[in-house]
Amino acid sequence: MLTTALLVTVMVNGESVQRFVEPRLSLADFLRRDLGLTGTHLGCEMGACGACLVSLNGSAVHSCLMLAVQADGLSVDTIEGLAESGFISDLQTAFHERNAMQCGFCTSGMLIAARECLAHGGVPSREEIRDALSGNYCRCTGYQSIVDAIETVAIARAEKEVGGPV
Amino acid sequence: MSNASDIPFAKTTKYIGAALPRATAKRFLFGRGRYTDDIEVPRMLSAAFLRCPYAHARILAIDTTNARKFPGVHSILTGVDLARICRPWVGTLTHFAGMKSAPQLPLAMEKAVWSGHPIAIVIAETRAQAEDALEAIQVEFVELPAVVDALDGLNEHSALINEAAGDNLIYATQIEAGTIAQAFEDAEIVEADFIFGRHTAVTMEPRSILANFDPSTGRLDVHQSTQTPYQFQDVYARHFNLSEANVRVVAPDVGGSFGMKLHVYHEDMAVVGASIISGRPVKFTADRMESFASDIHARDHRVRARLAVSSEGILRGFDVDDVTGVGPFSTYPRTSVVEGNQVVRLIGAAYRVTDYRAALRVVAQNKNQMSQYRAVGHPVAFAVTEYLVDLAARKVGLDPFEIRRRNYLTQDMYPHTTATGYQIERLSLEICLEKLHEVMDYAAIVAEQERLRRTGVYRGIGIATYVEITNPSPAFYGVGGGHVSAQDGCILKVTQSGEIQCMISVTEQGQGTEAIIAQIVAEAVGTDIATVRVFTGDTDMTPAGGAAWACRGAGVGGETALQAGKKLKKRIVEVAGAILHCPAHHLTLVDGRIVDAQQHTRMTLRELAHLSYFRSDLLPAGRPAELTVAHHHGPSGFPFAFTNGIHGSLVEVDVETGIVKILKHWVVEDCGTVINPLLVEEQIRGGVVQGLGAALFEECRYSASGQLLNGSMADYLVPMACEMPDIEVYHVETPTRDTELGAKGCGEAGTAASSAAALNAVNNALSVFGASITQIPMTPERILRAIGAVG
Ligand code: FES
Ligand code: FES
Repeated sequence: MLTTALLVTVMVNGESVQRFVEPRLSLADFLRRDLGLTGTHLGCEMGACGACLVSLNGSAVHSCLMLAVQADGLSVDTIEGLAESGFISDLQTAFHERNAMQCGFCTSGMLIAARECLAHGGVPSREEIRDALSGNYCRCTGYQSIVDAIETVAIARAEKEVGGPV
Repeated sequence: MSNASDIPFAKTTKYIGAALPRATAKRFLFGRGRYTDDIEVPRMLSAAFLRCPYAHARILAIDTTNARKFPGVHSILTGVDLARICRPWVGTLTHFAGMKSAPQLPLAMEKAVWSGHPIAIVIAETRAQAEDALEAIQVEFVELPAVVDALDGLNEHSALINEAAGDNLIYATQIEAGTIAQAFEDAEIVEADFIFGRHTAVTMEPRSILANFDPSTGRLDVHQSTQTPYQFQDVYARHFNLSEANVRVVAPDVGGSFGMKLHVYHEDMAVVGASIISGRPVKFTADRMESFASDIHARDHRVRARLAVSSEGILRGFDVDDVTGVGPFSTYPRTSVVEGNQVVRLIGAAYRVTDYRAALRVVAQNKNQMSQYRAVGHPVAFAVTEYLVDLAARKVGLDPFEIRRRNYLTQDMYPHTTATGYQIERLSLEICLEKLHEVMDYAAIVAEQERLRRTGVYRGIGIATYVEITNPSPAFYGVGGGHVSAQDGCILKVTQSGEIQCMISVTEQGQGTEAIIAQIVAEAVGTDIATVRVFTGDTDMTPAGGAAWACRGAGVGGETALQAGKKLKKRIVEVAGAILHCPAHHLTLVDGRIVDAQQHTRMTLRELAHLSYFRSDLLPAGRPAELTVAHHHGPSGFPFAFTNGIHGSLVEVDVETGIVKILKHWVVEDCGTVINPLLVEEQIRGGVVQGLGAALFEECRYSASGQLLNGSMADYLVPMACEMPDIEVYHVETPTRDTELGAKGCGEAGTAASSAAALNAVNNALSVFGASITQIPMTPERILRAIGAVG
C-alpha cells in the first residue's frame, strides 16, 4: 500500500488549493473532508447514483470514482462554487419553486446533471430530460418535479435566447 | 378535540391549503445541507465493523492482537466489551401475545445470525485506517446450517436460530369474524398464491451516527440520521444506564428515511458504546454494501388467499394465510410483526365484508432483519385484495370499476368497524373511484388498449384501492409497553422583535414537515409566515414527542401546532388588551397586527414584543407578558385516522422481452385537510415510485446459503428517471373530526397501492394470453415465464 502523501494543486471553485493527500484518497473525500465542501455527497461510491457529481474542467464527473491526485492541475467546481457564482441560479429557483427536492441528498448531483443536460441549448423533451438524469438516483421525489423544473428552465432560456416566447 | 383556547379557529385559508414552496429547503440548492456525515468534531474517531461472512455461525474465538497494531487504530471492541455496558434489547411488545425474540447486544457474542452481523468495531483516526485494521482481525467460526426460506424455518427439523425459543416461530395470530364457511358455500371462489419479495429503503444518504460521550459530565451527545430522535434518547439512556436528561439526540438533515431510520441497529449501539468506553467522539457512516446488509429489509411475504363472491358480484368473504420471514429476531423497539399484523387486518378493509378469516405466522430466518418501511403491510394487503377483486370481477363478468362500486363502504355506513376490528370514521371510496374513472378517461384508454392489441401491442390497465392507517394513538405501540410516543409537543415563543420561533417534536426528512408547521402556526397565530421559523429534530430544544412515523406529521404534529398557535394568539391579545386598556375579546391578530372589532390596527406584534421585553415597567403591575407557550396533543377519539384513495396504472408489456413500461399513473387521494397541496402531491409521487420499484425491479436476492447476492446499487435496481412515468395526483378532502385541523396523513398513500395497481395492470395485459403473475417484483424473466415464453 502506497501511503506517502503526495502534494496536489487543484483549482477548486476558482481558488487554487494545495494539500498533501494519500494516494488512495478519492476526490469526493478530498472535497468533503480536506476542504469541507460537504455539498458533494456520497451515495454509492461506485459511480451509480450521481450524488457525488462535480464539474471537472467543465464537465460532470463522479468524484467518487476519481482520486484526488488525478485532479492535480485541474479545475473542479462543486455545488458550492456553482451556486455562489450565480451560474445556475435559474435552475435553483426552478427547483425551489417546483419543490424538486425533498431530503436534498441527490440535489447537488441533480443540479450538476441538469446544468450539463441544458449546456447545449435547445429545449429537450421530457423523455430526453429523463434520459439525461438516468445516472442520478433520487429516492424521494419520484423524479417528475425535477423533470418539470429542468423543463421550465430550458423553456425560459430558449425564450430569452430568441427574445420572445417560442 | 383539544381546544387550547376559547378563540375559535377560523380557517382563513391564507396559509393552510396553499401550495407554498419550502423556505428552508433552499440550503440544499446551495450545497448547504448538513447531514450527519458532514459533521466533524475535535478528536473524532471513525468506526468500521467486522461482519460475519456466514448466514449462521458459531464464533469460537476472536483475535485482535495484530489489528490493534495498525497505524491510526485507537481500539478494537468485541461483543464482550460492549455487553459490559449495554443492557440487551428484546424486540417484543406485550399486545402481540406470545411473541418471542432473542435478546440483542451491539456485537455478536457466541453466535452470528445473519451474513453482515457485526462482530467487532475498530475505531481509528480515519475510516480508511479502521478498514485496514479489519483485515487483520482473526475470527474462528464454525458455520451452522442456515434457515433461509421462511417456510423451511417452520419445518420440525429446521436449524434453530434462537435455541432458547425452541422453534423459529416468532409470532402467530388468527383472526376470525363471521361465518367464513358459510360465505364460501355456493359462492364463486377465486384464489391465488402470492410471493412478495424483500426490498429495502435505499435512502440516498446511508445511515450515519456521531456519538460524543463526555466522561467528565456523563453527557452523551448524538447526531444521527434518524426520524425519531426522542425514541433514541430513551433507548440510549436506558440501555447504557445514563441520565436521560443528559442524553441529547439531534437529527440534522436526514437524506431520506421512509421508516428505515427508526429502528435500533447494532452499529448505532456499538458506536454509542465505543464513545462511552473511549471517551472520544466516534462516527460511523454505512457504506452502500453495509446498508444493503443491515438497513432493515421490507415485505417478504407468502400469502395464500381466497375470496368468495356471489354471482352478482357481491363479495362475501376472505380467507387468508400469510407467512412472513423477518430475519433472525424481531426489530426493536417496534417489533417485526406489525407489518404482518397489518397485512392480515387491512385485507378487504374498503369493502362490505363481514366474513373473514386470516392467519399470520412470523418466522425467524438467517437473513437481515425485516421491519417497518414506508406503508407497512399496506402494499401486500392491497395487492392481495385488489388482485382478488379483479379476479372476482372477471369471474362474474363485471368491469373492475363496477365490482368496486357494488362492494365499497358507502357514505351511509360510517362510522364503520371492519371485520378485523378497525374503526373507521369516514372514507370517500366511491367519490375517489368515480374521480379516477374520469381523470383516467377510462373508456378511451380501454378503446386504445383494444385497438393496439390487434397490432400486437399489449397494454394493461389496473386500479387499486387503499385504506391507510395514520395518526396512530398509543394503541400501536404504547399499550404493548413500547417506549414510542404517540403524542407531540410544541413550544412557541415570540422573539424580541415580534417574530415567532416554533420548536416542535415532529421531524423533517424532506417531506416538508417544517413548512406545513410554519403554515399552520402563521395561520393560527395570525401573523406573516415569513416571520415564523420552525426548529425540529433536537431533543434538547423541543418537547418530547413521536416525531415521524405512520404519517403523523400533519395530523398529530399539525394539530399540536394549531392549538399551540391558538394559545399564543390568546396570550398575545391578553397582553395587548392590558396595554391598550381594552377587553382582550375585542382584539385579534391579523398578519402580525393587533386589530380591534372595527378592524383598526391598534399596535403591531413587533411593538408588543418590544414593550414586553424592553419596557416591562410599562406593563400593568403583576401582568408579566408571557410570550412563550407550550402545547401537547395526543390523538384521541378514533384509535387511528384512516385515509383512502385509489391508484390507476397504465402499462405496456413487451411480450418478447418481458419488460414492463409504466406509461402513466394516477392517484386520487383523500388525506383529509390538505395543508399544502404541492407537498402532498410530491409525497404521493415519491411514494408511488417506491411502490413501482417494488412492483418491477427491487428485490434483495439471497443465495441458498443465505448470502445477499445483490448488495450494491449496480445490482439492486432502484427506479431511474427514464423508467418512471408522469404521475397525476388529485385530491378529495374528508377531514377527520377528531381534530380541529382535520388533517390525516399522506406519506405512505403513494406506496400503499401503486404496486397493486401495477400488478393488476400487468395482469390485465397478460389476460389475453390466459396468463397471470402473482409475484413481485414482476421481473422480465417472471413475466416471460408467466406467459409460457420460457420454461
Ligand atoms: S457516490 Fe459517486 S456515483 Fe454514487
Ligand atoms: S430528494 Fe431525497 S434523494 Fe432526491
